[in-house]
Amino acid sequence: MIDVLIIGAGGAGLTAALSAKEAGASVLVVGKAYPTNSQTSMAQGGMNAALGNVGEDSIALHVQDTIKSARGLCDEKMVEQMCTAAPKAIQWLESLGVPFSRSDNEGVGTDTVAQRQMGGASAKRACYAQDYTGLKILHTLYDTCLKEKIDFLDEHYLLNLISQEGTVTGAIFLDIRTGEIKQIDAKSVIVATGGYGSLYHGYTTNAYGATGDGIAAVLRAGGSVSDMEFVQFHPTALKSSSILISESARGEGGYLVNSDGERFIDELKPRDVVARAIFAEFQNDKEVFLDVRHLGEEKLMELLPQELALCKLHENVDPAKDLIPIKPVAHYSMGGIEIEKSFEVQGLKGCFAVGECSNAKVHGANRLGGNSLLEITAFGKVTGKNATAYAQNVELKKHDKKQVNEDRLHIEALYANEHEINFYEKRETLGKLLYEKVGIVRDNQVLSQAMEEVKSMQAEQSKMGLNDKSISNNTNLIDYLEFSSALQLASIIISAALTRDESRGAHFKLGFEEQDDEKFKMHIVSQAHKEHSCK
Amino acid sequence: MQISILRSETNSPQSYTVEDKEMTLLSALTHIKATEDASLTFTAGCRASVCGTCAVRVNGKEELACAYKVQDGDVVEPLQYHPVLRDLKVDKNKAKETLLKSTAWLHSFAEASLTHADEKFSERQTDCILCDSCYSACPVYAVNPDFLGPFALTRAYRYSTDKREGDVKTIIDNVQTNGVWDCTLCGECTLACPKGIDPKMDIMMLRGKSLEAGYEDPSFAQQSFGTPNFGFDPNAGF
Repeated sequence: MIDVLIIGAGGAGLTAALSAKEAGASVLVVGKAYPTNSQTSMAQGGMNAALGNVGEDSIALHVQDTIKSARGLCDEKMVEQMCTAAPKAIQWLESLGVPFSRSDNEGVGTDTVAQRQMGGASAKRACYAQDYTGLKILHTLYDTCLKEKIDFLDEHYLLNLISQEGTVTGAIFLDIRTGEIKQIDAKSVIVATGGYGSLYHGYTTNAYGATGDGIAAVLRAGGSVSDMEFVQFHPTALKSSSILISESARGEGGYLVNSDGERFIDELKPRDVVARAIFAEFQNDKEVFLDVRHLGEEKLMELLPQELALCKLHENVDPAKDLIPIKPVAHYSMGGIEIEKSFEVQGLKGCFAVGECSNAKVHGANRLGGNSLLEITAFGKVTGKNATAYAQNVELKKHDKKQVNEDRLHIEALYANEHEINFYEKRETLGKLLYEKVGIVRDNQVLSQAMEEVKSMQAEQSKMGLNDKSISNNTNLIDYLEFSSALQLASIIISAALTRDESRGAHFKLGFEEQDDEKFKMHIVSQAHKEHSCK
Repeated sequence: MQISILRSETNSPQSYTVEDKEMTLLSALTHIKATEDASLTFTAGCRASVCGTCAVRVNGKEELACAYKVQDGDVVEPLQYHPVLRDLKVDKNKAKETLLKSTAWLHSFAEASLTHADEKFSERQTDCILCDSCYSACPVYAVNPDFLGPFALTRAYRYSTDKREGDVKTIIDNVQTNGVWDCTLCGECTLACPKGIDPKMDIMMLRGKSLEAGYEDPSFAQQSFGTPNFGFDPNAGF
């Protein structure tokens, strides 16, 4: 039997796999695509670590900035753990061969890693590789996994965790190629399946697959989620395509201007503040643009080559000569699976969660740019170790076929569903609904409407069948299952947003514009089919 | 606009009408699947040319569906030399095995003093998104399915030039069989790459490193240059 089963093959999953293998575990990494397809590839700006290569910096300052941006909702011990681990994480990535951008300072090792300014940071702290930081970290991790002979199972979609009396003993997958439903038993399981930004379909920088599948599976297995109302809106996505233009564009000196050509906000404030300022301009019927023309073509090519190409392709503008039309869209889920300090999922023994799918309480109400690549590597390592330690002491459970049988019946039933309603239309509807009604600025009455609409979509789900009845390579089925995860999580997000009658970080509510620490300096924790609890 | 997509079930092209406006091929495919034909099968992820999921062939040339603007009359097909799983969705496992065989990773870390110039030296090679476009464009696969191929060799080259690599020799050793010498230097990979990488040049650089390491071009070695045959084969028995 496998010691550690890792679900999700992005940066968090691959780091956990390498760490578990190093700790002596047998490891299998299962993903719904290929590892390098993962959303980690999309992280652009950088990874924070207080190396102080460019100017004065310290771990204490990094901790302080992170806590400040979290608006009272982080676990300060976890923040300290992450920020303290940051220089070591960079050192580790350096030893694997990550091609970081470099400063010419005649140093050795990580002393030469270039660092840039990001919003909300009191120093130039983000280590980067041009604007391809996530891509280059992900690919180097993947190369290292091949070197270390990590086993991969690609194109397997997570259907459910196997949970027996509160202990997770494996998971059930749909083999996308064959349509076969497979049970994989393991002594411990790590969920590293990414966030839920793609619930905001059409209004997100995220990849299509960021539908929170792992989070939804943990809920179905009896685990909890928390802080789900905190969805980060990135200030600068391209207006017509929602494609991300990195915060480093502002870090390197880019301005935000409105249709009158006026700057209206300090561009380097945290993302929640900047996104709201842009939203306010929209309310005044102004458009908003990112202006990087003054940086000059040479510098843009050097620092932001990817952005230049994306602007030309998707917006038909040349950033060296033109203003870039932008809008804020959903970008990152601060909330996620409720875990213990050991990264074990609360209420589910033997099941760990790490990365964007988890809520390690380091981002609180608003994540700082550069802290997510840090989280997945620093905490991926710890989680791999902890899951291995758990696996070494676990008593073997009898193979239970209950879940796999249920899942087979469920999928069979899906094929038999009436196809009265096209779920793809509902996916569009849900994305727009969440963006407009559960977006940057919220309102209880509007949230209640959104809840009604989501509930009625949930009620109609049995009428949303598959148009494509193929057993093998049925991406219509995968799209449906992803939409089901999205729909399951949507009502939890809205419900938590309704409960939080205050404004804090990314959650801003009309009529409750102030932070209310007395009532709401706490996490809203949700379980499937249960009322919220607060802690 | 009309576009045609090769369907695997019938092994024939199927024509679809798409709205007459500027859009990416991925938008068109997504729209067709959502509104007209849910069985049309393709893969996609980031929409931003970085996850490497959506490469296909359009009018015989490899393109990322998310970065290609649809034109009237476009003919869309799956990548070549990959087993087709369904329509535009292909099996990339065999292609990915070339990374394993070429051992394209950092073998032995040695701390180094890296500069901006060092970063620039392999920046392009590390932009690779493993979309498999170059593999699909490479004509060597028509004759040698075991060829290590452009993306794996570019990656091997990238690590071989890294100042942190303390064991360049092993990388060079591992790109000899079905490797650097099997390339015809036709440059199709370079034309196909959506990130502007030049695998052909990387392979030529690896050949240079191979010669330095004592290897020689096997086709060159096999050629006869009219030297008299003394009945002694220097390569026999060793």
